[in-house]
Amino acid sequence: MSELDAALTVFAQEAEELLTDMEDALLSLETKPDDSETINSLFRAMHTIKGSSGLFGFNAIVGFTHEAESVLDKVRNGERGIDAELISVLLDSKDHTAKLIEHCLTQKEAALPASLAADGERLIRQLTGRQTTDMQQSDDSVQLEIEGGGEISVDDNWLISLEFQKDAFRNGMDPLSFIRYLRTLGEIKQILTVAPEMPVGDDMDPESCYLHFKIAFQSDANKQTIEAVFDFASDDCDIKILPPNSKLEEYLNLLNAQDDNHVKRLGDMLVQVGALTQNDVNHALQSQQANVDAEQEAPGKPLGEILVEQHVVQQPLVDQALKKQEQTKQKLASEANYIRVDATKLGHLINLVGELVISSAAMNLIVERHGLSDAGDVAASMNALVSSIRDTALELRMVQIGETFSRFKRVVRDVSKELNKDIELYISGGETELDKTVVEKINDPLTHLIRNALDHGIESPAQRVAAGKPAQGTVQLNAYHESGHIVIQIADDGSGLNSEKILDKALANGLIKPDHDLSQQEIHNLIFAAGLSTKDKATNLSGRGVGMDVVKKNIEALRGSVEIDSIEGEGTTISIRLPLTLAIIDGFMVGTGQDRYIIPLSMVDECIEMNANECEIDEIQHYINLRGQVLPYLRLGDYFHNQIADINRKRESVVVVKFGQTKAGFVVDELHGEHQTVIKPLGKVFERLNGITGATVLGDGNVALILDVQGLIDSAISSKHRKIPAYKP
Amino acid sequence: MAIQLKQQKKGVTQLAIQGELTIYSVLEHKQALSQYLSSAKDIQIDLADVTEIDSAGLQLLMFLKQEALSRDISFSLSQHSEAVVEVLELLNLSKHFGDPIVISADWKSS
Repeated sequence: MSELDAALTVFAQEAEELLTDMEDALLSLETKPDDSETINSLFRAMHTIKGSSGLFGFNAIVGFTHEAESVLDKVRNGERGIDAELISVLLDSKDHTAKLIEHCLTQKEAALPASLAADGERLIRQLTGRQTTDMQQSDDSVQLEIEGGGEISVDDNWLISLEFQKDAFRNGMDPLSFIRYLRTLGEIKQILTVAPEMPVGDDMDPESCYLHFKIAFQSDANKQTIEAVFDFASDDCDIKILPPNSKLEEYLNLLNAQDDNHVKRLGDMLVQVGALTQNDVNHALQSQQANVDAEQEAPGKPLGEILVEQHVVQQPLVDQALKKQEQTKQKLASEANYIRVDATKLGHLINLVGELVISSAAMNLIVERHGLSDAGDVAASMNALVSSIRDTALELRMVQIGETFSRFKRVVRDVSKELNKDIELYISGGETELDKTVVEKINDPLTHLIRNALDHGIESPAQRVAAGKPAQGTVQLNAYHESGHIVIQIADDGSGLNSEKILDKALANGLIKPDHDLSQQEIHNLIFAAGLSTKDKATNLSGRGVGMDVVKKNIEALRGSVEIDSIEGEGTTISIRLPLTLAIIDGFMVGTGQDRYIIPLSMVDECIEMNANECEIDEIQHYINLRGQVLPYLRLGDYFHNQIADINRKRESVVVVKFGQTKAGFVVDELHGEHQTVIKPLGKVFERLNGITGATVLGDGNVALILDVQGLIDSAISSKHRKIPAYKP
Repeated sequence: MAIQLKQQKKGVTQLAIQGELTIYSVLEHKQALSQYLSSAKDIQIDLADVTEIDSAGLQLLMFLKQEALSRDISFSLSQHSEAVVEVLELLNLSKHFGDPIVISADWKSS
């Protein structure tokens, strides 16, 4: 790979990330059109793509992104409003940019195809079309600001506003003494004494204080010192101290000079330069909190706005501080917080860690066997290190699922437009982490399930209203961790599954016999069978009856499972359960006869003794009584060897395993305890083997099989149904 | 009683406040002065003997002025003592009351 090619790869990656960010930003703008942060990120995305395209001489991209960038610049400066229409055009522009980039990367020399060029021109027209009218509107608003800004210009003086509360006199305050003291710090240029709230006649209590003062004060003292004058009165007086305009410049300079090694909060920044005191900030934060408490739904006003409203700081200062804050953030973001690592290198590392785990187990074994007590301590501490290295190495590959989720916003938006449905996507649990390889493989099944929910699940607005539901349908994407697994749920509030229809189709396709005896759950699971679609008409989205079976296969290939839960008329919830990682797990080792098996520790619920008296073992139907619950069980030795069990079984244990909602017991001879298990895939020959998902190498060089708990639970349950006669000794 | 009725004729009421005009006495003063507000047409208050005045006292004067205005009573302060002048100057209220202030030569400058 030449250097230029390498640079191009970086460019392509970067552009793709930027465009994804841009899409997210645009979609979030639909709900929060005023978020300047988001608009900034849009602008930066276009700007960066334009810049890097210029480096490679991709003039087509530069030309187009330039137009988009200048429109966004206007939006950013408040010269142009952002609305649904513009967002829509910008989304198209994002797609167009992606196409342009692809074209430039694949056919560098070729001219732009006519269709692409025409698209570009159309988008540019749409982008720039309404500009002129918007410009006029913005002129007015600028004017207003100037008029408003003139109000607070009191040249070189501090503006101090004191609003004493009624009890001030009773608490021993004499406002006069504060003002007299204030004179020791500087010169009172102007003072205004008013009593705007003094009641008339008998209502006036001469012992209550109604006095308010507005003081223009000239002094070289800093804000803290001035505030300290009124420290004593702070409980009985509303004190606001606005710095003189001449100080502004000083503060602005100080703000600029602040070091930008870490992002500080707005309040802290202003306190640091002396424009505010800690009291001011606390006060403003309190009122912010009070606002939030009062109206729970609406988010609190920004701190800066409150501070300006309370007349403790000037608008320009807040603006500058915010700008500075933003700059710092950008600088930090651009300084490498992330290192791009080749995925194969990471994979190699994880393999090595796997080997390390195995060899450290081997070392432990030898230390134990030879009874080397000195080495024992060393081995133990190394063991602890190895397991934390293992965890950290695996974490390297962990990514948040949120990014995958947010891609579906676009899917939902586009599909619902196409179908003329009004559908909102709610995402929760986006911070849930799982292995990158799993994320990559789950994308397709998820897309399929979501499209299904949109197409089959959610009804048209008219149908929904007729059924007494809100016209807007909702689809929820949720993710959370549950005992070593990640659970991803796709829930819609649509029509749910129609059991009759499924049965009819299944009968027609010959999947079931007319005299079936299926539970509701089993009927629902039929939709995972190949060739079954309940949609009367196939659309270009879904309904051809291929898909759900593929979804199920893909998920099972990841050692996961999928469950469906539906109430007709109310909606459908599909839960996908996946292991967090595919490489190394905490296992629980058990043994029967000469064989060792590993059960993923996260699935082990408890271990009990197989005691004939307590468990009321039913050898015929293969279940035991676990504290009043029916627990189907499976003898691992019998299952894998099909051997007639050794009659001299001395002592057996039951390992109770749990997968989702189902439980079963595995009967084993020995419990070996926890084991760090490096999963080695089985070769192709063994792929179809039931009950085994992989193997691992033990410290002594032997091989242990990793059990497919889900499959085994299923066979434990079904063997109970089948009523296989027990062995006869 | 720290308020002395000096003269009362043809609706013109001349009063003199004596001693302290502070938080400790404002309640008493207010009650005493309120009765004149309902009857008099013209109230003149002599402040020559006010030895001390604080924010509460000042507030009372502001209150009287406000009440008088709302009842169409003409209201004036006269003979301000040193203590009163100091406070009025400090709080820039001389204009508010609008009464001529005579500054005596033997006051020490405030």
